[in-house]
Amino acid sequence: MPGPLPRTVRHHLSALRMLLVFTAVTGILYPLAVTGVAQLALPDQADGSRIERHGRTVGSSLIGQRVGPDPKWFRPRPSAGGYDPLASGASNLGPNNPDLVKAVEQRRAAVAGYDKVAPEDVPVDAVTASGSGLDPHISPTYAYQQVGRVAKARGLKPATVRRLVAEHVQGRVLGFLGEKRVNVVELNAALAGDALSRRVRGGGGSGRARPRAAPRG
Amino acid sequence: MTGALAGWLQILALVAALALSYRPLGDHLAHTLTTARHLRAERLVYRLGGVDGDADQGWPAYLRGVLAFSAVSVLFLYGFLRLQNHLLLSLGRQPMPADQAFNTAASFATNTNWQSYSGESTLGHLVQMAGLAVQNFVSAAVGIAVVAALIRGFTRERTDQVGNFWVDLTRIVVRVLLPIAFVFAIVLVAGGVIQNFHGVESIRTVVGGHQNLIGGPVASQEAIKELGTNGGGFYNANSAHPFENPNPFTNWLEIYLLLVISFSLPRTFGRMVGDHRQGYAIVTVMAVIWAASVAVVTVNELHSVSSRAGHAAGGMLEGKEQRFGIWASALFAAPTTLTSTGAVNSAHDSYTPFGGGMTIFNMMLGEIAPGGTGSGLYGILILAIIAVFVAGLMVGRTPEYLGKKLGAREMKFASLYILTTPAIVLVGAGLAMALPGQRAAMLNHGPHGFSEVLYAFTSAANNNGSAFAGLGANTAWYNTALGLVMLLGRYLPMVFVLALAGSLARQQPVPVTAGTLPTHRPQFVGLLTGVVLIVVGLTYFPALSLGPLAEGLQ
Repeated sequence: MPGPLPRTVRHHLSALRMLLVFTAVTGILYPLAVTGVAQLALPDQADGSRIERHGRTVGSSLIGQRVGPDPKWFRPRPSAGGYDPLASGASNLGPNNPDLVKAVEQRRAAVAGYDKVAPEDVPVDAVTASGSGLDPHISPTYAYQQVGRVAKARGLKPATVRRLVAEHVQGRVLGFLGEKRVNVVELNAALAGDALSRRVRGGGGSGRARPRAAPRG
Repeated sequence: MTGALAGWLQILALVAALALSYRPLGDHLAHTLTTARHLRAERLVYRLGGVDGDADQGWPAYLRGVLAFSAVSVLFLYGFLRLQNHLLLSLGRQPMPADQAFNTAASFATNTNWQSYSGESTLGHLVQMAGLAVQNFVSAAVGIAVVAALIRGFTRERTDQVGNFWVDLTRIVVRVLLPIAFVFAIVLVAGGVIQNFHGVESIRTVVGGHQNLIGGPVASQEAIKELGTNGGGFYNANSAHPFENPNPFTNWLEIYLLLVISFSLPRTFGRMVGDHRQGYAIVTVMAVIWAASVAVVTVNELHSVSSRAGHAAGGMLEGKEQRFGIWASALFAAPTTLTSTGAVNSAHDSYTPFGGGMTIFNMMLGEIAPGGTGSGLYGILILAIIAVFVAGLMVGRTPEYLGKKLGAREMKFASLYILTTPAIVLVGAGLAMALPGQRAAMLNHGPHGFSEVLYAFTSAANNNGSAFAGLGANTAWYNTALGLVMLLGRYLPMVFVLALAGSLARQQPVPVTAGTLPTHRPQFVGLLTGVVLIVVGLTYFPALSLGPLAEGLQ
């Protein structure tokens, strides 16, 4: 018959048993309980604030999307990861990195040409990549700057598009948290037409009325 | 409302919320650590774990508990990461390579949460919630347990006993971390943080392109990630990711969570030593340093100080999210580096030289303003001991703190504590810079590249875990070196703290006399703040001058 285990071994076995108990409680029961409550009480948020069209998910209103060269869509900020949720992250270029300075200047020239505005009027969010690479928001300035181009490409009156942008401007939460912003994914979804049905979330707490149906040209 | 006014209100609301939490949370923690009564759930944990919940331990036994628990945590997590492909909810992810799994296991067990991997492309859901998030709970609790032992060293007399590690660990998880994390996880979901078990889902986007959305039990992990000052993101972009931090309200809440326990622990300390004024003195030092740090980062970012890219762009928004802007990003960056959290809502690598330099300096302070859960308080109490000692030298009498004499033995432990982390940081960073292969991991060149390496070792040794993420740290060398640095930076100081606790507990208290230095007055607050800045400044000034200072003054 084997003798009693050495003290050190017993000690570590006891530590392992404690770890397994904590794993069951904080690693299994706790996340399952949170998931249960979240899925019952807040299913839209828990599933990612999805935007749906014809019963199909076309995105999350929290995750920015690539838009490409087509002038009829509002463009998001530059992204270090090309708006791929499997590659979130920033450029990590230093504040005096010549590559970053050059990138900023090129973005400024490109945006100015694209939106037909003076280079010095291009706002800072249009020439800088976000921290997540998935930023769904742009500044109201950048959104209004794109109105003329989008309206022209769609054959809409600029005033119509401007009104749509105005409806999508979110203020600071409670008036003082964060910054003013426009959600580009939601704005483009609204542009995509009134066939688009929304099944979404509060999330921002901005108290802003959301347009149910978007104007169409 | 102007941006500046909104920014100020954001800060004031945070300070108000923390001030309101100070008494109730601090008192709750003190009760948790001192009551004689076990809850039924806790008795069940002791029975299942096979530990005795009623026997107090001497400091060596307490330390053995800490080390044994941490050792099995590292091994268990290492195995989990290596075998994740055989488990449920693995999303088809491959096992993590050996060096990276060692790094990650050491990182989460030490409350560092340095991440050389990218969550969304490397890990399945089960290993995140039952491997990593478990360590988020228990590593935070270990820190609080160790400071509880140190406080008992001050409050007990002529005894070997400093408490029971298993009881402290269990109670902190059951009575403090779990309930708070649960409530705030639900609040985060209400704010838009996701909580599901979806895998990768390919969708057709609004404009007709393709995108891969990925789900996960994020809110449950996010809440404890901040509350336990852990900081390891579910996704690579951490708290900049919209699924982890979708709007300015969740952002403000996450900053509150990562500060609230560490800022309330001085109340626990004051209550346990029977003099609330001692707690107020400590929290004042923490708050002064915190406020100065927030100011430095905010001002530098607002004015693009010494940043050519910032001036070219018209603002420091590279690496920052539009919904947060400068104010809410700076208000996250300073606390996350002052608390050993290391979660980030923006890319510190792209901050101004002095703004980013401040985040390095914050960590160099030793994570004490207010620091990690538990580790922040024991860090500043060690510095308080140094401050009392310095004052004692000036007037030529044996220093004492809270009625306990600080003799040669006590000062040896305090000095070893102070010397450990800088030695690890500077040797590690020096070594990396001396090896051409490791130097090549820098993304940026010149002083900023050096800052990336210095940041990495400072972050690992102080168990912070944030990064100047340009550094390509997923190599066998960095994974191994930083993994060792995290282990040494966590457990060596704990050895000295617990040894000190044992040494203090054995003493008979000395009566207060006219010559005793009062440690609750503004004079002591000033003295302690000065000691903190001088000790850290003298240690790290040469290294800082080669990195952020050189870059900012170019």
